[in-house]
Amino acid sequence: MSRVLPRDIVEQAERIADFARREGLDFYPTVFELLDANEMAQVAAYTGFPQRYPHWRFGMEYERLRKQHRYGLGRIYEMVINNDPCYAYLLNDNMSVDHKTVIAHVYAHCDFFKNNVWFSQTNRKMIDEMANHATRVRRYVERHGLNEVETFVDTCLSLENLIDPHSMFMRRQQRKDHRSSAPEAAEKGPPASGRFPAKSYMDRYINPPDRLAKERADEQERAKQEKTRFPTRPLRDVLLFLLEHAPLEDWEADVLSMIREEAYYFAPQGQTKIMNEGWASYWHSTLMTTYILADEEVIDYCEHHSGTLATTPGRLNPYKLGIELFRDIERRWNTGRYGPEYDACDNMATRREWGKDKAPRHRVVGRGSAGREKIFQVRALYNDVTFLDEFLTPEFVEEQDLFQYRRDPATGKMVVVNRDFEKIKQQMLFLLTNHAQPYIYVVDGNYRNRGELYLAHGHSGADLDIKYAVATLKCLQKFWKRPVHLSARIDDDAVLFSFDGEQSSQQHIDKNLEKPAHVL
Amino acid sequence: MLLPIHNDYQRFRKIVKGKIREDLRKFLTRSELLGREGKKFISIPVRGIDLPHFRYGDNSDGGVGKGDGKPGDPADGDEGIGPGGEQEGHHLLEVDISLEELADILGEELRLPRIKPKGKHRITSERDRYTGMRQSGPESLRHFRRTFRRALRRQIMSGLYNPDAPRIVFERRDKIYRSWKTVLKPQSNAVIVYMMDVSGSMGDEQKELVRLEAFWIDAWLRRNYQGIESRYVVHDVRAGEVDRETFFRIREDGGTRISSAFRLARELIESRYAATEWNIYVFHFSDGDNSSESDSRECCAILREHLLPNVNLFGYCQVASAYGSGNFINVLHEHLGHEEAVITSRVNTKDDIYDSIKTFFSPGR
Repeated sequence: MSRVLPRDIVEQAERIADFARREGLDFYPTVFELLDANEMAQVAAYTGFPQRYPHWRFGMEYERLRKQHRYGLGRIYEMVINNDPCYAYLLNDNMSVDHKTVIAHVYAHCDFFKNNVWFSQTNRKMIDEMANHATRVRRYVERHGLNEVETFVDTCLSLENLIDPHSMFMRRQQRKDHRSSAPEAAEKGPPASGRFPAKSYMDRYINPPDRLAKERADEQERAKQEKTRFPTRPLRDVLLFLLEHAPLEDWEADVLSMIREEAYYFAPQGQTKIMNEGWASYWHSTLMTTYILADEEVIDYCEHHSGTLATTPGRLNPYKLGIELFRDIERRWNTGRYGPEYDACDNMATRREWGKDKAPRHRVVGRGSAGREKIFQVRALYNDVTFLDEFLTPEFVEEQDLFQYRRDPATGKMVVVNRDFEKIKQQMLFLLTNHAQPYIYVVDGNYRNRGELYLAHGHSGADLDIKYAVATLKCLQKFWKRPVHLSARIDDDAVLFSFDGEQSSQQHIDKNLEKPAHVL
Repeated sequence: MLLPIHNDYQRFRKIVKGKIREDLRKFLTRSELLGREGKKFISIPVRGIDLPHFRYGDNSDGGVGKGDGKPGDPADGDEGIGPGGEQEGHHLLEVDISLEELADILGEELRLPRIKPKGKHRITSERDRYTGMRQSGPESLRHFRRTFRRALRRQIMSGLYNPDAPRIVFERRDKIYRSWKTVLKPQSNAVIVYMMDVSGSMGDEQKELVRLEAFWIDAWLRRNYQGIESRYVVHDVRAGEVDRETFFRIREDGGTRISSAFRLARELIESRYAATEWNIYVFHFSDGDNSSESDSRECCAILREHLLPNVNLFGYCQVASAYGSGNFINVLHEHLGHEEAVITSRVNTKDDIYDSIKTFFSPGR
């Protein structure tokens, strides 16, 4: 498929890798491939992998990218995947200085993938896994027909955001048969903590037997209730729930589990986009300007670099935001602009001069300054939400000319609303939380004791889109086969959406309506 | 070069075409398509290729952007880190589709048989193909590789070639140039004569219907023939040939004498289009209101004697009008109802176009 990497690019890549390591970047061995525009569009459509399971949406994405490229609307310079070894792709009609920039950028991405904690549970052999998925799906296509498999995959994809990204860091639930409840809790008896510590002669008064008996009885009643609550607590990993309890054929369960695996693999990438791009931009800039740029390449490099960071008025570029925030952190930690003393100071002039004498005077290599040490630490521990939450400051917002905008109901157009720091920060955090996906939980797997599935939307400031919700409920019902419900707050009103396989309905939730096992 | 993703790509195109077929009836009524005639690819918005999922609604639209502007100023560009992550939205997918593919979909959905062109295919198209070589020519046509090989051969033979320091120098006699051959390709041809009644009773709405119908007739015939010529005739009490633009735009007034158009059509055809070589299609659009019975009978005579023997198909399309009596179609049925080459249809609204096209082309003439 792709051409052999020219000798000079191979040499450059090794050179740049040496410099990168000297600066403290730590990455898996990286394989580069040179692709033409079509091949690059294919790889991008396949989200970085050489192959995926057969599905039309990859074809759709491919057409979109080819059109974009053909009409000059956007060019993909590079693609890199989270894998060991890292695979990265270069566009063959780029200039040599572009290749070098991209290579530096890629090494920083690889360092991020390897060291950021949110990626620590991802499968580093995903290339093989994707190929494996493709083979399995193809086998099902042969056995059951393209239409049937494709329709099933379509439905899975509608539900692919119903996972719990935090669950990767909890001990993963083993797949178990739902008939096996939790026998241990109920039979062991209530915890001994019902007894107050008392000396033996006082025990009869401090722990009267009838009170103990009553508490034991209450506890057993509670445990029995728990046993019948299904699931035992609200679950965000709806896909797992479906895998374990929905009436799926074996091949269907296999396909769903593959899509779920892939969703979990990609989840951290969505959660760290700003940081990852910022980190990579920071390092390609540092490496190129410090070690690699030849004089005659400067102008072309600047054009490339500024293009990547360009921000059309009114938009936000994650590369730009990320790199500026990292640089800001580095400056602040070099000059001690953090901590309770600094935070308490509200004299703008003092803040601006704070710690200026402490800033390093010579070029810093690797982690050789407080600022550098800090950003290395940050890249390991944070994700976009915690990154912005902790490090966004009023000065930064002002320097970067950030503003908040809203759709003006009168004109239908977007207008600047304010430049208020608190509001901007709140808005950005809200939009980034959960990668802007709604929180959906399974709250009852046996609603009304009729085997109906009941989901709930955990409202955190924005209403669900009704049309999409109703359509997605239908998809859910295809798996569950029995009626499905979704409760949500729409315009401050508690609404229950339902689909029974034939008719969609919605009703107001009042106290007469039977409650699900858990109410959020 | 075929990439693995081309499978997925073909699958996607197939689904899109399927969607167009599903909605074909509605598609045929879309007048926006008319503006893009002549261009090879048409952009069509396709609905329903969207996988639903749980997402936030629109009342949370707004976001954070970067740039100048005071509160109240427009935020240029309407997305930043906006709702739904990055570029998501209820956008309608726009797909490029060629006129040929559209015509194919039309044919499949309407189950139209492929037309078998008649004629000896003596009419040919000329093409220049650059497959030859010659010793002289303009520099823009020089053939590098051949020239190089000749020079190399000459050097080797004369011992001038040094493999350690190869240096090929061309001489005049080494140079080779590309040359072309004109190739004649027989092709099947059709001529379409469009006739329209532009008397007072044909309003803008009716003309719009005619435009749409003519577009699809054109698309289907173009798919079946390699060469198409179109002639346009308008008439009220007299007939005249016009160009395409005028055909769809002209506004006349007054009475209607259909025979004038038929006579002119006959002249046009007999002057240039020998029935043995050309596949002739004649379409007439009118509201069915002719000035007199006798004129209608004369029309039938002209048809029977001069036109029908030579044409593949005479299609009569009667559009509904508040003013017309709509009688002409009855006269045609009465006198020529048994003729295979005569096909009539009524088009009252845009939705009838679907059935009208089917009626005209189902026999496969």
